[in-house]
Amino acid sequence: MQAGLNFDGYEMGTFYDEMFEAPGVPRPGTKLLLDKLRSLPPNELLTRQAAAEKVFFDLGITFSVYGHEQGTEKIFPFDIVPRVIEAREWNILEQGLKQRIQALNLFLDDIYHDQKILQDKVVPRDIIETSAGYFPACQGLNPPLGVWCHITGTDLIRDENGEFHVLEDNLRSPSGVSYVLANRQVLKRTLPQVFSASNVRSVDTYPSQLLEMLHSIAPLRQNQPSVALLTPGVYNSAYFEHSFLSQQTGIELVEGADLVVHDGYVHMRTTKGLIKVDVIYRRIGEDFLDPQVFRPDSLLGVPGIMEVYRQGRVALANAPGTGVADDKAVYAYVPAIIKYYLDEDPIIPNVPTYICRDPKQMEHVLANLDSLVVKAANESGGYGMLIGPASTKAEQEDFAAKIRHDPRNYIAQPTISLSRCPVIVGDHFEGRHVDLRPYVLYGNDIQVIPGGLTRVALTKGSLVVNSSQGGGSKDTWVLGR
Amino acid sequence: MLSRDADAIYWMSRYLERTSNIARFLDVNWHLTLDVPEENGEQWRPLVVTTGDHEDFQARYPEQRPEDVLFFLIADSRNPNSILSGLQSARQNAFSVRNSIPTEMWEAVNVFYHYVKDTCARPETIIREPERFCAEVKWRNLMIGGIASDIMANDEAWRFFNLGRLLERADKTSRIVDVKYFLLLPSLDHVGMALDHVQWAALLKAVGGFQAYRHTFGRINPSKVVQFLILDHDFPRSILYCLTEAQQCLHDITGTRIGYFSNPAELQMGQICSGLSYHTIEEIFEQGLHEFTDDLQMRLNVLDRAIYETFFSRFPAIDQSQQQ
Repeated sequence: MQAGLNFDGYEMGTFYDEMFEAPGVPRPGTKLLLDKLRSLPPNELLTRQAAAEKVFFDLGITFSVYGHEQGTEKIFPFDIVPRVIEAREWNILEQGLKQRIQALNLFLDDIYHDQKILQDKVVPRDIIETSAGYFPACQGLNPPLGVWCHITGTDLIRDENGEFHVLEDNLRSPSGVSYVLANRQVLKRTLPQVFSASNVRSVDTYPSQLLEMLHSIAPLRQNQPSVALLTPGVYNSAYFEHSFLSQQTGIELVEGADLVVHDGYVHMRTTKGLIKVDVIYRRIGEDFLDPQVFRPDSLLGVPGIMEVYRQGRVALANAPGTGVADDKAVYAYVPAIIKYYLDEDPIIPNVPTYICRDPKQMEHVLANLDSLVVKAANESGGYGMLIGPASTKAEQEDFAAKIRHDPRNYIAQPTISLSRCPVIVGDHFEGRHVDLRPYVLYGNDIQVIPGGLTRVALTKGSLVVNSSQGGGSKDTWVLGR
Repeated sequence: MLSRDADAIYWMSRYLERTSNIARFLDVNWHLTLDVPEENGEQWRPLVVTTGDHEDFQARYPEQRPEDVLFFLIADSRNPNSILSGLQSARQNAFSVRNSIPTEMWEAVNVFYHYVKDTCARPETIIREPERFCAEVKWRNLMIGGIASDIMANDEAWRFFNLGRLLERADKTSRIVDVKYFLLLPSLDHVGMALDHVQWAALLKAVGGFQAYRHTFGRINPSKVVQFLILDHDFPRSILYCLTEAQQCLHDITGTRIGYFSNPAELQMGQICSGLSYHTIEEIFEQGLHEFTDDLQMRLNVLDRAIYETFFSRFPAIDQSQQQ
């Protein structure tokens, strides 16, 4: 290969590399991709990387760096070299995700009804009752089909041996699926030859599957229900996604002020007066959903909507209250939850987790802060974290105080060296840590979109991949065979 | 469709049309000054009057040089009617309805906005030679209009898009006629002189109607030009043409037959259109051209408020039903 971008001198380090099994030796699933990339003329990859970034910019798939209008706009960083997952690996993940989501839904339904699992002391009652995601107001609700969590984005990581683990469950309103679809569209334009030769499984059916799922939970199960996506509005960081999904599915994109409860039903304010809404895909937290039930100061929601929901006259996806199951302290019990409801062992293991609520485990955590990752149970987006090996003594002391003050709210896990992918850095490739967030839909049945969002930690050596912490993404290719 | 979305599309379209009108007018004026050497920026100030921001301009630009006018109308972010501000507002509106307009339209508006924003960051080049910039603004607007007519479903969104565009255009054409009459013509002695001809022709060019006028009337005759701009049945920027098309949009939205009304917007629109449709140019001159445009402007404002109340205001619908 001539001058320009190539893999000469690419260092795998001691990590599991998604593309190479040994220096210069591609994994079976990436061989074709690598051959294609190597056959491109010098500098072609960089040209295409720039072209892909321009597509994102022109389509406005960007975020403002300083404030809304004044500042520079940047695209969500994107690397055009895809991450490949082989078919047999994927098939296991798919089974594992279905198993997990099924169990978590049974758990949610139990928690908000009989609480058998608490009576049987499989999960400690106080963990549930002190969870910020647990809403007593949701007790006794009966979501259509008995499904609470219709849309899930589960975070998976691969350790240094290449084994997948569940890092966390996102059961409230997980974002990112629009980037999966947008990345794919852009990549098809950017690397069409490589793409067509590789037998990549399609992700483009997601909007149709989402729409069908939303239709399936409509009250009265009518054929053409009226569906809306409820967004906090244009200033929300996930607004692009809300708008994109609305456009791809044809459902209305509404803000709280567009909706009103009238005559026992939820309606939209339209140019032709009020029109009834049957299903709402909510992308705002349940605590903002209804000021009459949750936070009274919320202006984002719809006064009275919970009563309509309780009466079964509108369906909400996800159901309010699902957050109790993605509390990081509850996470530690998911293997037990799977066993309890399904009598099966988990197909995808958890990352070993210490629960600081348990005094013995807390002592262990406090004694090993420099080697563990500590997480606040109710935070997301990479906030409220201590990454032990990368932390200072002062940060560790700060966290020790926080843990002692509120042990319930902290868990700790061994530092896992996430697997790495090559990404374009200037004029060469460097390895960066990645995770994977596949998306799961649950209506009449459970469907997993083949692939998901591969998030990339763009800072050298960093293990934090969240977009709110400066992460980027890659297209994820699940091979068909 | 959602009231909020209808509102955003209507305003997106109005702002875009506004930028196009400013660009057209600036461009023509610039060419005019190349043909007819001016004194003291006399030919530039009227442009500011057309947009209705004369006072703001005077207060902030005491010297009122031609380059001040250009900057004020193109790149001044403190002027809400500058091309830059217009694009910003258009894009903001487009952003909030990105899901209800074709992706191509959003992309066109977004790329347009970035072009204007980047170019306005270096205003010297535009002010020295506004032609390229103005041409770009006009072309991009034509392209967005093309997207609307070629790939948008002819649904409510499309009708609100057209409604906004047509009303803005009618409004601007009437301002242009007014300004020409009062400011480009300081004295009646000028009428019929060579300079006068150039200016009336320029006016036609400003609305892109010079060729259409030539085909219809041939010689440049001030009262024919005014007639052409106000009452022509075939020229898509004449006031009457814009308003009757806008009326059609409005009635397509509600399904009410033209000639009847079911809401305040249709009532106002019907009154404006019938007034205009059954007046001759002689009657308009008799009333006084300025009085006529003044009255029209006032009616257009009332119409705009009626449209807001009828379709965009999110509260009346529920308030009324709760009172029952």
